[in-house]
Order: sequence, then structure tokens, then C-alpha cells
Amino acid sequence: MTPANDDRPRPGLWARLRQSWGVLWRPSARFSLGTLMIAGIATGVIGWGGFNWAMELTNTETFCISCHEMQLNVYREFKGTVHDNNKSGVRATCPDCHVPREWVHKLVRKVEATNELYHTFLVPSIDTREKFEAKRLQLATNVWTAMKRTDSRECRNCHNFDSMDFGQQRSRARNRHLQAQDEGKTCIDCHKGVAHKLPAGAFGAERELEETWGSGRRR
Amino acid sequence: MTRLLVLALIALSGVALAQDLKTLRGDQKIDAVDAAPPVSQVREGARLDRAYRQQPPLIPHAIEKYEIDLKVNQCLRCHDWPDNVRENAPKISETHYVDRAGKRLDQIAATRWFCNQCHVPQTDAKPLVENRFRSAVQSAR
Ligand code: HEC
Ligand code: HEC
Repeated sequence: MTPANDDRPRPGLWARLRQSWGVLWRPSARFSLGTLMIAGIATGVIGWGGFNWAMELTNTETFCISCHEMQLNVYREFKGTVHDNNKSGVRATCPDCHVPREWVHKLVRKVEATNELYHTFLVPSIDTREKFEAKRLQLATNVWTAMKRTDSRECRNCHNFDSMDFGQQRSRARNRHLQAQDEGKTCIDCHKGVAHKLPAGAFGAERELEETWGSGRRR
Repeated sequence: MTRLLVLALIALSGVALAQDLKTLRGDQKIDAVDAAPPVSQVREGARLDRAYRQQPPLIPHAIEKYEIDLKVNQCLRCHDWPDNVRENAPKISETHYVDRAGKRLDQIAATRWFCNQCHVPQTDAKPLVENRFRSAVQSAR
């Protein structure tokens, strides 16, 4: 490494970078290995925890409906549906259905959400009810496609064929669920519009989805 | 004097009437809370008989979660041909595809859009008053 010499001109950017890189890999003369390890682990834990904490902050219903696009459209329609209000008192919030639970998938979804920021702040595309209505078939189809692609992964965080007591279901539900299980269907195949109003043209889009994805699971 | 007598009579009859009066809630104090009415369930599972030839068939399943508005009609997803085959649901009658001018259409006539104008589910609620309705089948006997 270049020894400190006041006569020389100051080193350029590249040289300085190389110098600090060198410092990073030279053994420390002042701090013991133990101190360095403890400090490192502590920083790591705090940094990691802070990161996840920040990610969880953006994973609450309050956060989602802090945008009026969500509050005035989809949230309002969600109120009173079976996932909001039901006999058992279990309630699902926006991220339960729209953000994956597994860490990697969650992170991917959070990065994708920059697109939502773009459409909120830079080119507001659903900032009025009319604009939202005009675009909602496309938006709904996006969600349906995602759920078909993941075999309704977020639904299955709570609902499982294996844990379903078909005997307690009404006959219509029982027959269709048994059939769906045999045919390898996925939740969203039948349950579109459970939590929000359906857009006009929903059934046409459904038919198209079925044609591109097949009505059963792609395995 | 006669006037006074008439007035007295009217007042008395008023008192008599008031004693016959009862609230619709029966003999209950004004601040007493009504008992909650029993919750009745929609009758599901078996088709319900028609009472006369022209009757719109009663719906043998719950419908409160099915959206019918200007944009969508979820009943069609199960009952419209050809989807009814997949859903194994009774096909909507062909009469529903004829508009008011008598023209045959390929989609449900606008006059039939709001299904629950004519078709309704039934609950197991007890009738509030005696019902002497006889179905066409019963009265033909
Ligand atoms: C999930 C699919 C599905 C949806 C949605 C649905 N139905 Fe049905 N419906 C059925 C099935 C299946 C039957 C047959 C039930 C049976 O035979 O026990 C039926 C039966 C009926 C019948 C009886 C027909 C007859 O000839 O006795 C009527 C009327 C009816 N439905 C009306 C409606 C209306 C109105 C709506 C919308 C509010 C609706 N249905 C939504 C599946 C559905
Ligand atoms: C104006 C009243 C009216 C409306 C609105 C109406 N129906 Fe009907 N529906 C009838 C009558 C009456 C019948 C029985 C006579 C017939 O078949 O036309 C019937 C028959 C049916 C049947 C039984 C067909 C069969 O062969 O057993 C089904 C299923 C049905 N309707 C579904 C629907 C659905 C779904 C809607 C909404 C999209 C609807 N109806 C709207 C009056 C109506």
C-alpha cells in the first residue's frame, strides 16, 4: 500500500478506493477479534431485524389503505365480505391474500410493488373511481393470473383440502370441492369475486385464463 | 249542559279505547329490549316444488353472496349455457333469452337481468300468520 507521504500529490479516486479496500482486509491492530465479532453480529442482527421490521410495517392493512386508491375502492368493497366478517371471527387483511408469506416470494412482491408506487405518484392511473373502473378488469386479471400461477398459494396459507371437513359442508359445496380436488383445480378457478366486486367482463376474462392456463393445476 | 255531557262521553270512550290499545311488541315496558328473533337458515339441498304452472322455480340454495349489479350477474356463471354443464346447474329457461319485442337473443334478456325479482330462496322460518294458500296441485284434487 502507498505509504503516507506529504510531498506526493493526493491520490486519485481509484487509488483511494483501492486503499480502503486494502484496509478492510488487513488485520486490525487496535480491536480484538472478539470485539470485532460481537460488534459485527450486533450490527447484523439490528440491520436484519430493522429490515424485516420495515418490511412488516408495509405489510399491514393500515399501510395499504393509507392510499385512497385502495381505501375508497377495494377496501370499501372488501368490508362486509366473508373474509372481513364471518361466524368464526377470523379476519383476513390485505397482505394475507396479496403478499406471499415465504421470505423470498415476499421480497420479490415488495420489489414489484415499486410499480404500484409508480402508478400512484408518477403517473396516477387509478386516482379516480372512473379511472379505476376502466382499469379494473386488467388489474383483477393480473391478480387472478398470479393466483393461478402459484396454485392459489396465499389462499392455501389458511384453506387446505386436507383440513376441510367435507361432511360439515352443504351438499353443493361438498360435491364441488371433492370434484375440484380430483381434477387438481385451484381455489381461484371458482372463487373469483369473493373479496371484491367483479369487474364488467369478468367471465370473458375467466374463459381466456382457462384457455391459456387450463382449468386444472399445471404440474 | 248537553255539550259538557258529550265532552265527558268522548273523554270516557277515549280512556276505554286506550285500555284496549297494545303495542305491537305486546305487554312490554318501553325500555325493555325485545328478544332477538330466531335466526332462520336458507333451505338448501333439495329442489322446491312449484305451486302452479307459471311459477318461477324457487331457488334451492343461498344467494346472498352472489353479485347482481350493472356490471356482472354471478348467477349466469353457473346457470347460463354452456357454463351450466360445467357447474351441473339447471339451465336457464329459453324464455329468458327473448326480449320484449319477441326477438331471440344469445345473451340473457335485459328484462330478466335481476333474477331475484322473480326467483327467491326459502328459509325455514315459521309463518307469522296462518296461510291458507293451496297449490294448484292441491286444489285440483
Ligand atoms: C355456484 C353455482 C351457482 C350459482 C352462482 C347460482 N346457482 Fe342456482 N343452482 C345451482 C345448482 C347446482 C342448482 C341445482 C341445485 C339442486 O339441484 O339441488 C341450482 C338451482 C337453482 C334454481 C332451481 C331451478 C329449478 O328448476 O328448480 C334456481 C331458480 C336458481 N338456482 C337460481 C339462481 C339464482 C337466481 C342465482 C343468482 C342469485 C343462482 N342460482 C346462482 C348453482 C348455482
Ligand atoms: C320476470 C321474472 C323472471 C326473471 C327476472 C328471471 N326468471 Fe328465471 N324463470 C321465470 C319463470 C316464470 C320460470 C319458469 C317458466 C319458464 O321456464 O320460463 C323461470 C325458470 C327459470 C329456471 C328453470 C329452468 C328449468 O328448465 O327448470 C332457471 C334455472 C331460471 N329461471 C334462472 C333464472 C336466472 C339465473 C335469472 C337471472 C339471470 C332469471 N331466471 C330471471 C321467471 C324469471
